[in-house]
Amino acid sequence: MIVKIVSKNFDIENSHKLEVAVKNGRYSSLNKLFTMTPEEVTKEVIASGLRGKGGGGAATGNKWQLIPDEHEKPTYLVINADESEPGTFKDRQIMEYDPHLLIEGIINSSYAIGAHHAYIYIRGEYVFWAKRMQEAIDEAYEVGYLGEKIAGHDYALDLTLHRGAGAYICGEKSALLESLEGKRGHPRLKPQQKEPEWFFGGPTVVNNVETIASVPYIINEGFEAYRAHGTDCSPGTMLFGLSGHIKNPGVYELPFGVSMTEVIEKIGGGVKDGKKLKAVIPGGSSCAILRADEINDITLDYESLQEHGSSLGTGGMIFIDEDTSIPESMKNLFEFYHHESCGQCTPCREGCGWVDKILGKILKGKGSLKDYDTMLDACEMLNGKTICVFAPSVAYIADSYLAKFKNEFDVLCKE
Amino acid sequence: MSEFKFSEENEKKFQELLKRYPDRASLSLPSLWMIQYQEGWISEEAMVFLADKLGTSPMDIQGIASFYTMFNLEPIGKYHIQVCKTLSCKLCGSEKIKSHIENKLGVKFGETTKDMKFTLTEVECLGSCGTAPAMSFNDDYVENLTVEKIDELLDTLK
Repeated sequence: MIVKIVSKNFDIENSHKLEVAVKNGRYSSLNKLFTMTPEEVTKEVIASGLRGKGGGGAATGNKWQLIPDEHEKPTYLVINADESEPGTFKDRQIMEYDPHLLIEGIINSSYAIGAHHAYIYIRGEYVFWAKRMQEAIDEAYEVGYLGEKIAGHDYALDLTLHRGAGAYICGEKSALLESLEGKRGHPRLKPQQKEPEWFFGGPTVVNNVETIASVPYIINEGFEAYRAHGTDCSPGTMLFGLSGHIKNPGVYELPFGVSMTEVIEKIGGGVKDGKKLKAVIPGGSSCAILRADEINDITLDYESLQEHGSSLGTGGMIFIDEDTSIPESMKNLFEFYHHESCGQCTPCREGCGWVDKILGKILKGKGSLKDYDTMLDACEMLNGKTICVFAPSVAYIADSYLAKFKNEFDVLCKE
Repeated sequence: MSEFKFSEENEKKFQELLKRYPDRASLSLPSLWMIQYQEGWISEEAMVFLADKLGTSPMDIQGIASFYTMFNLEPIGKYHIQVCKTLSCKLCGSEKIKSHIENKLGVKFGETTKDMKFTLTEVECLGSCGTAPAMSFNDDYVENLTVEKIDELLDTLK
């Protein structure tokens, strides 16, 4: 079941060190890369069907094409390593065990979009991973994989690591760029038409760590090799995370399209302590919850999860056993969303708090059925009235908890 | 004028970083980090100093510093214990860990011990869901927490 493309070197001793990394194939894509034109690199990535692995699943190559042909200011590549979605802990594995793969991917991708400076925006809490990444960057500069002439070729690239400081919203790409520009992490208004992101007025691509770490394989082996894994619409692999009530939690690289129940049994070893499964949050906490009886036909790809009323998100699955209260779990997540709303838009800032407070009241045994309806109303208010997708996703997940586990709320709410 | 100053090393780092961004405004977060590592927290004097360095107002810097939860705007204990409270950690028993730490140190989360040795903070998802429950201890993660692990760690420091 497991296919190792991105995680190929994870088990090798000292895989994070340049010498070991190079021995095991890192930076081998560069020779081929510089025989290709940037357009050819982008075309190869488009043909591979690579999709963003940070949660959105947008086509990576198409995003690169949004960089306009003519522009005054420099182009930038920004790597989103602000991994903060509850249930998600995959990008840190890449930075811990194969930081040079990420750097190699950054060189490939920067070359494709014409960037000569790339930034990695890493969440503030990941101190160990920031140090490890910086060590790898320093090693790469020393031997000329970064700097003036990359591996002797006529192409210059600088790479700078930038630490966040504890704000979930900075995982939203425009908030991330605001933060990188030194401001509060407030998401920006979205343009009417498709256009790139902007960093100090320069056209910019923001990509997730795992997405960029997938590029060297595509350049080295060709798009067909990547497409040999996964499904037609979701080609390749993803680092899936298993956490919560599961026997073998961890990160596993699997091709898209594998059966969720098989993953639970064969990889996860089943629910912890031999209990029964009650629910699954399939791709980080911002995905609609699924009841155990809904997952039998689900395969782990964007389309299947969407058909079943949820989404693949970051691939970080949280398993919840039969003895766990769903209203309590929902309250836990709403404390998270209440805390992490950036505060820019009133419906989100206030709405997340309302739902959190009402849930608290219900859990204390002081709730009524009217409160249940008020939460549904609050979701309506949260949806579609804000700058970024934070509030709509909160509304969407709240709806799923309230509808699918109404029985548990009924028990707690009085007439 | 502010009484705060970067250490020589941080001043050097600041000058190096200036070359790596198209605008000095980007240096607000890296500088706030340097201040926090230098002093343990970020004082108003330090914010005035930074505003001057970045060519902006102290109010602007305060607005930034107060937005990000990892910046300490008042002094904290020598050891900062931050336990993850989000779902995967909760499902794996973080509440038991939290109450054990509270009982052991005699303070609640959100508080600092009187001797300024320990500060307890509950934090949102640390990205350690596969090794839950988890906490960060100053800059390091401690994962797969058990009551025994907490005892072992705290008993050497008490």
